[in-house]
Amino acid sequence: MDTSVQPLWERSAVQQIRRFLAAPAVGPLLALLLTMAFFSLKSERFLQGPNLSLVLQQVMVVGVLAIGQTLVILTAGIDLSVGTVMAFGQIVMTKLAIDSGYSPATAILLGILACVVFGMLNGGLVAVVRLPAFIVTLGTLNIAFALTHIYSNDLTYPPGESGASSLPSALLFFGRTFTIGHTDITYGVVFMFVLFALAWFALTQTAWGRHVYATGDDPEASRLTGVKTGRVLFSVYVVAGLMYGLAAWLLISRTELGDPNAGQTTENLDSITAVVLGGTSLFGGRGTVIGTLIGAIIVGVFRNGLTLIGVEVIYQYLVTGVLVILAVSVDQLTHRRRL
Amino acid sequence: MSERQPLLEARGIVKRFGHVVALDGADFELYADEIVAVIGDNGAGKSTLIKSLSGALQPDRGEIRLDGRPVRFRSPGDARRAGIETVYQDLAVAPSLDIASNIFLGREARRRGPLGRALRMLAKRTMRREAARHLQELEIGVQSMSQPVENLSGGQRQGVAVARAAKWAQRVAIMDEPTAALGVKETRQVLDLILRVRDRGLPVILISHDMPHVFELADRIQIMRLGKRVAVVTPQSHTMPEAVAIMTGATRGELEQALVAEGPPADLPAADDA
Repeated sequence: MDTSVQPLWERSAVQQIRRFLAAPAVGPLLALLLTMAFFSLKSERFLQGPNLSLVLQQVMVVGVLAIGQTLVILTAGIDLSVGTVMAFGQIVMTKLAIDSGYSPATAILLGILACVVFGMLNGGLVAVVRLPAFIVTLGTLNIAFALTHIYSNDLTYPPGESGASSLPSALLFFGRTFTIGHTDITYGVVFMFVLFALAWFALTQTAWGRHVYATGDDPEASRLTGVKTGRVLFSVYVVAGLMYGLAAWLLISRTELGDPNAGQTTENLDSITAVVLGGTSLFGGRGTVIGTLIGAIIVGVFRNGLTLIGVEVIYQYLVTGVLVILAVSVDQLTHRRRL
Repeated sequence: MSERQPLLEARGIVKRFGHVVALDGADFELYADEIVAVIGDNGAGKSTLIKSLSGALQPDRGEIRLDGRPVRFRSPGDARRAGIETVYQDLAVAPSLDIASNIFLGREARRRGPLGRALRMLAKRTMRREAARHLQELEIGVQSMSQPVENLSGGQRQGVAVARAAKWAQRVAIMDEPTAALGVKETRQVLDLILRVRDRGLPVILISHDMPHVFELADRIQIMRLGKRVAVVTPQSHTMPEAVAIMTGATRGELEQALVAEGPPADLPAADDA
C-alpha cells in the first residue's frame, strides 16, 4: 500500500460507540430488551413460555407481511395494500376450498397467486409506469378491499357459526403445534422464521439483494452502473405479494376462518411499524430483515404486554401510532442523507 | 500520429433537441494510451458528444467507430459491453453498499459449484479480495473493502467510481467532470488517479471546465464550439489563453480555418464573425 496516501479517518472511542449503535439491529434489539424488561416487571406472566409462544403466534402474520414490506421500503417505496391484499388471498383460499369444492392445495395456491397478481400490479405500476408507490398501493388497497367484499358477499368462511371443523386441515396447518418443554409452538411460527432466514439470505448473499439495496439507495447511479432497476423493483413487489399470500394462509391457520374484514387496520400499520422499528430507513437502501423480525416482535410484545397489564385495546392503537412516529423520527435523525 | 487508426472515433455527429442543434457535425478521435480532453463553453456540445459515445444518447446522424468498425450504442449497457465505461460527476455510487459491492455492482461474482449455481450465492470474499487488489494497484488508500461508501470522503468515493470504471473498461474510460463535486485536495487525488489509469494502458476521455487540470492531464485537447469541433491542440502547441480564445470564438481554431478555406458545406450556418 502506498504510504503517501493519507489515513482516511481516525476513529475515536465515541465514533466506535456510535458505529456500534448505528450497526443494523443493535438499536432495535436494545429496544426489544427494554420493552420486555418493562413488561416482565409489570406482569409475572409475561416471561412465561406459553405467553412468549403466544406473542410469537400473534407476531407471525404481521412478521411475514413485514418481510414483504421490508423489501418494498428498501427500494424507497411503501406498500399500503399489505393488509387488504392478504385479506383477499384469505377469502380466495377459504371460499374456493369451501364453496367451490377445490382441493385445499389448489385453493391455497390460487389464493397465493391472487396476492402475487396484486404484487405484479403494484410492481408494474411502480416500475414500468413509474407511479409513486404510495398512490399505487393506496389504490390497490381499495381495489383489494372491494374485491374481497364483492367476492365474499360480505360473508365469513366458513359461514355461520359452524366452527373450524369445516375448513380443510391443510388450511389450518400452520396452527398446529409441537411441544418444546411445556410450551406449545405452532408450525406457523417456525415457518415465519424460515421465511425470515430465506429473506435474509436473498438480501445479503445474492446479487439480487445487492441490487435491491442499490436501487433504493440511488436508483440513477444503479441504473448507470448496469443494474436493471425496473426489473428489481418489479420483482420486489411480486415477492412482497407472495409474502402476503403466505401470510393469508398463516392468518387462516390462526383465526380458523376467512374474514372479509381482516387486515383492514392493524396489519398495515403494524407491518410498517415493524419495518421502521427494525431500523429500515424509509429513504430506502438501508435496513435488514433481522431488524424487521425484531421490530415485529416489539410490536407483538407491546400489544401482548399492554393486554396483560390490562390496558384497553383502543390504547394499544394509540401506543402503536406513537411508536411508529417515534421510530420514523429516529430514522430521520440518523439516516438523513449526508453528502 | 494521424496515420494510426483511432481506437474510438466519431464522424459528423448531429444531434437535435427539438430545433436546438446540440451537435452539428462533430468529429472526435481517441487513440490508444492517451488522455483526450474535450473542452467547450456551456452549450458547445461537449456533453452531448460524450453522451453519444457512452450510449446515453443516440445521435441523429453520423457514425461512431470502435477499432475502425462502425458501432451503434442504443444504451449505456451497449457501450459498456463494448468496453466503454463512464464516470459521472455526481459520485455515481450506492452509498450504503460497501466498496467491494460498488466495484462489482451489476457484475457480481458468484460462488463456484452448487452454492453459486443453484442458490446464486455471492462470492463475497473473492470480490473483496479482488477489489482490494485493484484499489491497491491504483493506489487508492482505503482501510477496508467492507465499509460502506458513505463513510468515505467525496474524493475517495469518486476514487471508487474511477476504480470501477478502470476495472471493467476494456477499451475506453470516459470521465465526465469527475472532479466537479470535489475539494482541492480530493481533486488532486482523482487527477493523479486518472493519470495512473492512463499509464496502465486505458485511454481516457476527460470532460472538464478546469483549464489547468485539462492542460496538466491531457495529451490532446479537443475544443468544441457551437456543436462542432473547432480545433485539436496539445498543451505544448497552445497556451491556456489561446485555447480559451478558440473556445470562446475570439480566435478561430485551425479546423475552422480549414473549413472556411474550403467554404462551409451548404447545410451549415456560416460561422459567426469573431
